[in-house]
Amino acid sequence: MARTRSKQGRSDQWWGYLFITPQILGLLAFTLFPVVTSLYLCFVHWDFTSPAQAAGLDNFETIFHEELFYKGIVNTFLIAIGVVPMTVLLSLALALLTNGKMRGLAIYKAALFLPMVTSSAAVILVWYWIYAPDIGLLNYFLGKLGVKGPDWLTEPFWARAAIVLMLTWQGMGYYYIIFLAGLKGIPRDYYEAAEIDGANPLQRFLRITVPLLSPTTFFIVVTMLISCFNAFQEPFILTKGGPNFSTYNIVMYVYDLAFRYFRMGEAAVVSVVMVAIIGLITFIQFRLSRRWVTYLD
Amino acid sequence: MTKSRTGTALSHLALILVCIVAVFPFYWMLTTAMKPREDIFLYPPQMFPGTFDFGSFPKVFELMPMAKAYVNSTMVAVLTTVGTLFTCSLAAYAFAKIPFRGSGTIFGIFLSTMMIPFTIILIPLYLVFSKLHWIDTMTPLIVPSVMMNAYGVFLIKQFMSGIPTAYIESAKLDGANHFKIFLKIMVPLCKPALITLGLFTFIGKWNEFVGPLIFLNSEEHFTIPLIIASFQGVYTIEWGLLMSAATVAVVPIMIMYLLTQKYYIEGIALSGVKG
Repeated sequence: MARTRSKQGRSDQWWGYLFITPQILGLLAFTLFPVVTSLYLCFVHWDFTSPAQAAGLDNFETIFHEELFYKGIVNTFLIAIGVVPMTVLLSLALALLTNGKMRGLAIYKAALFLPMVTSSAAVILVWYWIYAPDIGLLNYFLGKLGVKGPDWLTEPFWARAAIVLMLTWQGMGYYYIIFLAGLKGIPRDYYEAAEIDGANPLQRFLRITVPLLSPTTFFIVVTMLISCFNAFQEPFILTKGGPNFSTYNIVMYVYDLAFRYFRMGEAAVVSVVMVAIIGLITFIQFRLSRRWVTYLD
Repeated sequence: MTKSRTGTALSHLALILVCIVAVFPFYWMLTTAMKPREDIFLYPPQMFPGTFDFGSFPKVFELMPMAKAYVNSTMVAVLTTVGTLFTCSLAAYAFAKIPFRGSGTIFGIFLSTMMIPFTIILIPLYLVFSKLHWIDTMTPLIVPSVMMNAYGVFLIKQFMSGIPTAYIESAKLDGANHFKIFLKIMVPLCKPALITLGLFTFIGKWNEFVGPLIFLNSEEHFTIPLIIASFQGVYTIEWGLLMSAATVAVVPIMIMYLLTQKYYIEGIALSGVKG
């Protein structure tokens, strides 16, 4: 019996390795190898056609002296700073409103989630039309409210705001669904016990909902920041990074360096710096999370 | 928690408002696409088309290779979806149900790669694909996605872990090998999770922009998002034409989503909470 079991175990091993092979090969060929290559490319001059030449730290030196690099970083942060709080507040508010039995909930969910499913070049084009200067829909509605609409897409501040609004519109349904799932995970008895103890709704929200929802909030903030940092098609199609590079972000910079100017080494440097920034922010968030995230165990 | 009647009404009102904001751009896209040119430039804008004109839809197909793009996008999305479902569920089965050495560690490494942004692997991928002569073909859009989807493995594994191991044990006693168990027992039981991953993959591929932008050069290979971007480049303020093109691109996904949204929303809730 013992012998057959160990034989069985050994054959299990092989099946296990066999089944994960396609994904492991993909991981090696299409993730780990590229990451290592990117690190290598940081230290060479290479224009994609002639052979690569050792560059020492030249690429870093060049990039750290380019104004666009800093502009790209600042814009990336500005857009994230706009999108994250707005989306968190909006999607959390929606989740709180719908946490419970409610008529028409399926329809609300379907409608709210539609922007995420269709997020593509085509829908960005629709926003391009909504933001259009003279006959755009948004400024028409603002005019109805007695506000003179700004020149979306052609004034630096408003172009960034336009991207922030569009990204918030796109993401709110997705994060709403995640918040709602998080709310459903909070045990009902906590609220009942608090109610018996005489806690008012605000106290119940602050003392039960906020702390017990914090793992979800944390997950949402981390993923949303990463997705904001990686936004590419939105500025690429809506504003082309303009006006005057005000919506030009770090991913667009990598794209231009690599695929327009064929400065592969410098492009690799920027992409590595970007990953380092994302890693650092995620790390800081994990450290800070110990202070505000409560795990129910 | 009881809500007063006014409270409920106010909640509905707020939700309806946000839902209108969520859906209105699509309404505006559809109606703009169906208006004659002169009505589009009216001010104040016409909320409902006075006269209908479907003339710009055929134009979308005449002016750009939109029909070809449809074929290309469908091909890429279908092949990627089929392949992804196979490789992800296979790996998920191994991680969830087959005890093998290093399983936990490998799975951990696997998940951590989800954090690596696309940007850092883009340039080396381009290099690899050009060496393989894959540039300007559909292959670089399909193969890496099929062979590398940590999120997909994770999603299916979550689902498979919930299936009792007793099923597998009894099939083993009947002499079935792991591949047979996978095909005959696990795949049918995991249908909901597979449908969810299939939808995610299909829609993600249909909407994908960066990959096609970098790996495709000639218009005959373009997928729909690239054709849309070229439309914008050429017909900058021909709103009727642009909105018809957008409609043509978005409507199939909208229909697909409306028919299957249950799976979509459940899948997100599942992966989000555990994530």
